[in-house]
Formats: sequence, structure tokens, C-alpha cells
Amino acid sequence: MANIFEIRNLCGWFGDHQVLKNIRMEIAKFSVTSVMGPSGCGKSTFIRCLNRMHDLTPGFRMSGEILLDDVNIASDRVDPVNLRRRVGMVFQQPNPFPRMSVFENVAVGLKLNGKKMSRGELADAVERSLNMAALWNEVRDHLDRPGISLSGGQQQRLCIARALAVEPEVLLMDEPCSALDPVSTAKIEELIEDLSEKYTIVVVTHNMQQAARISDNVAFFLLGELIEMDKSGKIFTNPSDKRTEEYITGRFG
Amino acid sequence: MPTIRLRRKAVDTTMRWTFYACAFLVILPLFLIFFDLVIKGAKELKWSLLTDLPRPVGEPGGGIANGILGSFVITLLTMLWSVPMAVMCGIYLAEYGRGKFASVVRFAVDSLTGVPSIIMGIFAYILIVLPMKRFSAWAGAVALTMIFIPIVVRTTEDMLRTVPKTVREAALALGIERWKTTLYIVVRTASAGILTGILLAMARIVGETAPLLFTALGNQFWQFRFDQPMAAMPLQVFSYAISPYEDWHDKAWAAALVLITIVLFINVGARVLTREKK
Repeated sequence: MANIFEIRNLCGWFGDHQVLKNIRMEIAKFSVTSVMGPSGCGKSTFIRCLNRMHDLTPGFRMSGEILLDDVNIASDRVDPVNLRRRVGMVFQQPNPFPRMSVFENVAVGLKLNGKKMSRGELADAVERSLNMAALWNEVRDHLDRPGISLSGGQQQRLCIARALAVEPEVLLMDEPCSALDPVSTAKIEELIEDLSEKYTIVVVTHNMQQAARISDNVAFFLLGELIEMDKSGKIFTNPSDKRTEEYITGRFG
Repeated sequence: MPTIRLRRKAVDTTMRWTFYACAFLVILPLFLIFFDLVIKGAKELKWSLLTDLPRPVGEPGGGIANGILGSFVITLLTMLWSVPMAVMCGIYLAEYGRGKFASVVRFAVDSLTGVPSIIMGIFAYILIVLPMKRFSAWAGAVALTMIFIPIVVRTTEDMLRTVPKTVREAALALGIERWKTTLYIVVRTASAGILTGILLAMARIVGETAPLLFTALGNQFWQFRFDQPMAAMPLQVFSYAISPYEDWHDKAWAAALVLITIVLFINVGARVLTREKK
């Protein structure tokens, strides 16, 4: 299948400290890719390059190319605002907007992105997004409650609905389950599978079982380098690199 | 062993009571002032105090109605331009303020907070009153602006800093522009705190006297034009209090009671707002 992302020689620095070293990676459209590795290996830094979240981090710079549908989005000429509407993100800690209702949390992206929509269209879009995030049935009767009054797992699905509302093509997820209990985690994993029919998903995870369960491809990072990337079945049963094997068998990390 | 334990316990108890006593001493003046005002102001605290104009010496009755209105007008006039300016300066410091210019601004704002209010009055006198060749409500509002703005700038900055970084990231990740993120997401998240800061600063300027002495000056009559001298409650308290007449002193107490009650109401309003946030 066609690749949506092609990443070439991506390097990243925080000040003088190099955190990403010559990353080359291809991400297929409508696939689920897990980015795995021990803490501090650069995996979060990596996916934050894909929607230019680092633009606001003082001292961060990167080099190399990130082609999104053949356009180098790492270039200064690309507007990060437009990029982020195509490449959405879900964070580690559920972070609904405080002081906004469930409805507003989902609607705010559409409203502030200047889409002209009638009230009815907006309500439809919110319902559609909440449905896709498998949250609609739980919140349909209290859409006007504060978003932060939901449980942790519901909040995370609310954040997914919020990201989906602006109709991105790619969804980046930075350890989306690490603050959640097992039941909520299972729900999110199920959701990721469903969403992969329409979206390309890149998930950072600590959890190898999770990576094995949800992903088509797995990338293994170590100390800022991409050690190996392969089909998820292959990497967990027969990794090509010794370091990957050591990591998945629990010898370090 | 037991003696050591006893001693430790005694020290602990003593310290605890010292803290309690200090806390009590700190709030004591507020209650003393209020009770004193109630006792001394009760005599002149009549409905006519709130509805009548001041009367000449010797005539009984008379009130501070024009002063209440004047304070209201001058305060609103001040806030009309100060609130947007101060809040936006606070936004600059919290959201964009890195580097040298920001630290200069921060230092200047902090210094401004410490400038005696009479200096603000003199400054507005030179800036507005002298060129216009008359005392005016404008001049009073300009003097109060310089007291109002630094307070609100700093509370706005502090409140915006309490908004977690994750909220900003979430908004930016949706493809919302930076200025919209700041205004519609971050400021909204901190809005209760910012409003509280505005109300506390308002309570502060309602009671300011020195900056108005040679700017708004005061007035015995109704005055609705901003380019004319205007009455204000603190000025009326001041002129009643320094007069040599016994019944004017009583009016000063009563007017002060009205003033402090209004200030207390604003402060309570600010409290209620902060509580609703939780």
C-alpha cells in the first residue's frame, strides 16, 4: 500500500544534545505503527516531529526530510497550523479543555478553525466524532457536563473524539493508555483497531504486548536511533537485530 | 526520656499558639476598623447620605450621592482602557514573554506596583491637569490607571501560568492558531482567576484618595462631564474629616463606612468567583 509518510535522515537536537539520529522510516496509509523503546530513546520526540509540535519548544531543531504525501513538512515553508489539521494528536495524560463541556471540547476545534457550520451541522459533527471514539452512548445525555467530570478512560476517548472532529488523516498517539486502567486500555486498543480503517495511526507505547496486539508495524528505537522496523508478527518472533531481541526478551529497558 | 518528650510537646504547643495568635492579630485590624466605623458612622448613616448632595457648613443633612456616582464613573472610566491593556500585557508576559524585553517589562511592572500613589497623582497632574488647565475626571482616571494596571498585569500573568502546558498543546495539535489558542482556550481556562484579579484591583482603586487629590479634585455638585472636576467618595471622606466641624466629622465616618462596605462587597464578589472555578 502507498506510504503516507516517508522520513529521510531525520535528526533532532535539544540544544547540543542529539536525540534523534538519522531516522529513516516509511509509514503506510491506513496502517497502525507502534513506536517502541525504553524511556528516553526519542520515541515521543520522534512523533512530535510528525506534526511539528516541537516548533514551540525553545532550543529544539531538526534536520532531514519528513514527506507527507511527497511534501516535506519539516520545511519552514510549510504552515504547521495546516499540518496539524491533517495530523492530529492524542497525548499521554487525558487533557480535555477545563471549563468546557463535553460538547464544546469536541466542537471547539471546528469552531476555532473557522469552518462555517450551522448549529445542526456542528451537532452532527460532534455526534459523529463521539461515535467514532466509542463514547457517544456514554455521554449522549450529558453533553453539557464539564469534560473533566468524565472518568480517565472516558476523558481519553473524549480527546480522541476532539482530535477526530477536525477530520485529520493521521492520528498520532503518545502513550495514550499509560495513565489508564486495564479496562479503559482495552477499550482504547479496540478503538485503535476500528479507526485504522479510515486513519493512519502512529502510537508510541511502552507496552510490548500492546504493540503486538494493535499494530501492523513496529519500530524499535534505542538511544535516538531506529534499530529496526518490521511487521509486528516478525519483530516479536524473529527480530533481525540482537538489540531488539534483548529488549523484547526483557534483558534491558 | 519523658522530660525530653514533655519539653518537645511544650515547644510544639507554644509554637502552634504563636502562629494562631499572629493570624488573629493580622485579621484584628479589619474588624476593629469596621466596628469603629459602624459605631462612629451610625449617627449620620441615613438614607439621605446616599441620595443627597453635600450641604454648606451649618446646614443639617446633606450626603455623598455625587461622590458615590463620581467614584463609580471614575472607576469605570479607568477600567475601560486599563482592563484590556493590563490583561493583554499579562498575556504577553505569560505566553510570549521571553528574553530581555519581557524581563524589562516585568521589572517595570513590579516597580510600578511599589510607587506611592501620591506620585501617580502628581504625574497625572503634570500630564493632564496642567495642559488642560483644569482638574478633571479624565485626570483622576489616568492616575488610577497607573495603580490598576500593574496589579492586573501580574495577576493575569500568574493566573495564565497556572494553565497546564498540556492544554496549550492540545489546542495547537488541533490546528488552532496560536493567538486563538491563547485567547479562546488559555485565557478562558484562567478566566475566573483573571476576573478575580480585576475585581481586587477595582476594590483597591475605589478607595484610593491620594491620586485623586489634585486630579479629579472633588466637587460639591453633580458633574457629568469628564473634563470637569468630579466628586469621589474618598475625597469626600477626606474633606469632611479635615474640616473643623463636629457634624462633618460624623459624616466622614458614615461616608467611610459606606466606602469600606462597597470595597468589602467587591472583595466578596471576587471570592465567590474564585470558588465557582472549583
